[in-house]
Amino acid sequence: MIPATFDYVRPTSVDDACRALADAGEDAKVLAGGQSLMPLLRMRLAIPDALIDLDRLDGLREIRDDGDSLVIGAMATHHQVMRDPLVREHAPLLARATETVADPAVRHRGTFGGSVAHADPAGDLPAVALALDAVLVVRSVRGEREIPASEFFVDWMTTSMEPDELLVGVRVPKMGSGWGVHYEKFHRTAQAWAIVGVACAVRRNGDGVEEARVALTNMGPTPVRAHSVEVAVRGAGSEDAFRTAAAQAAAGTEPPTDLHGSSEYRTHLATVLTARALAAAVG
Amino acid sequence: MPRIRVEVDGTTYEDDVEPRLLLVHYLRERLGKVGTPVGCDTSNCGACTVLMDGVSVKSCSVLAVQADGRDVTTVEGLGAGGGTHPMQRAFHEEHALQCGYCTPGMIMASLDLLRENADPSEDEVREGLEGNLCRCTGYQNIVKAVRRAAGEMREPGRQEVTP
Repeated sequence: MIPATFDYVRPTSVDDACRALADAGEDAKVLAGGQSLMPLLRMRLAIPDALIDLDRLDGLREIRDDGDSLVIGAMATHHQVMRDPLVREHAPLLARATETVADPAVRHRGTFGGSVAHADPAGDLPAVALALDAVLVVRSVRGEREIPASEFFVDWMTTSMEPDELLVGVRVPKMGSGWGVHYEKFHRTAQAWAIVGVACAVRRNGDGVEEARVALTNMGPTPVRAHSVEVAVRGAGSEDAFRTAAAQAAAGTEPPTDLHGSSEYRTHLATVLTARALAAAVG
Repeated sequence: MPRIRVEVDGTTYEDDVEPRLLLVHYLRERLGKVGTPVGCDTSNCGACTVLMDGVSVKSCSVLAVQADGRDVTTVEGLGAGGGTHPMQRAFHEEHALQCGYCTPGMIMASLDLLRENADPSEDEVREGLEGNLCRCTGYQNIVKAVRRAAGEMREPGRQEVTP
């Protein structure tokens, strides 16, 4: 299968990329690592007029320490993110979840920024961004602004970025000490998309959980923060207590029914996987 | 039409390409490098895996224009000089294929794995090849072949660790 024709633009600076995006209008697509977009282009599920390829914007591949947070350039690849010492130290949940994304060849090309901007509810990293209270840094010819992850994912593969805005980086607050993390994912084959995934970070205090962050993959049109579990799990210290808290994981969600599973099945999975994720994160 | 300059298996090519041309189609249809097959067309199967600037990529998910200025190695670039690469020999000796369709991608992904891990365990081989599907062998002999090749490639005095 061959993509439909498009105008190809390969900017060499972020300013040029923003200008190209502004000029191209609403029917342009931004190409980051291409590991989600290329299949869509080939199957002609996406037929953009213009493709703006960020491949040569090496400045966007930087991962830097910015005081209380890390700033991960939008073009940092999965391979780069999961091995980066700063990410492993200060955002271990991101490193852990990224290791489970697709397969090595895809991780060599695919990017954190692309995955988040693509906003596929079955993608692993949007839920991680939500759990970590990440902030998305977007730029256009009109200027730069920051969007909290909680306001970024608005619908199925839809974000609150305007058509002329480009995601340039993701600000990830550093986790302090005492946190345990886990990403629990259920899928049919090693490299398949998550049927349901659970991103989980817990701060322990003695025998119990003091604070928890839990976000779900593929339990609705956007990633979902499981606030009721976060509250219910406080003080929990046993697997029984985790299971009790996790029973509320699917509260308020609208999981899809598709060929991989029914809505009811996903609801069940969310509770089981959340209990496992909590237990693994507590360690 | 953009003009690209790309090195493939040690030879530099310059070509005008349509932006929508996939790297795998450029390799097969322009350069005649049909050793790299198109498998699933959905980025799942890994049959079209090649090395770009030394790391594995699925050439059905890269545009030919994106290879501009890059160095691509296909399975045809291994064992230069008429010989066979230790990985190719190990696949042959361990009977790591039946229909053979996945083999070029398996071999390229295996070389990428050994680049980072010269002595992978069985589990590490399986994980390293998670992006490559074989529907014939059940993978047992593929894993054996990769570990056999790894052993041969680690032998002292061997120069050729990567293609």
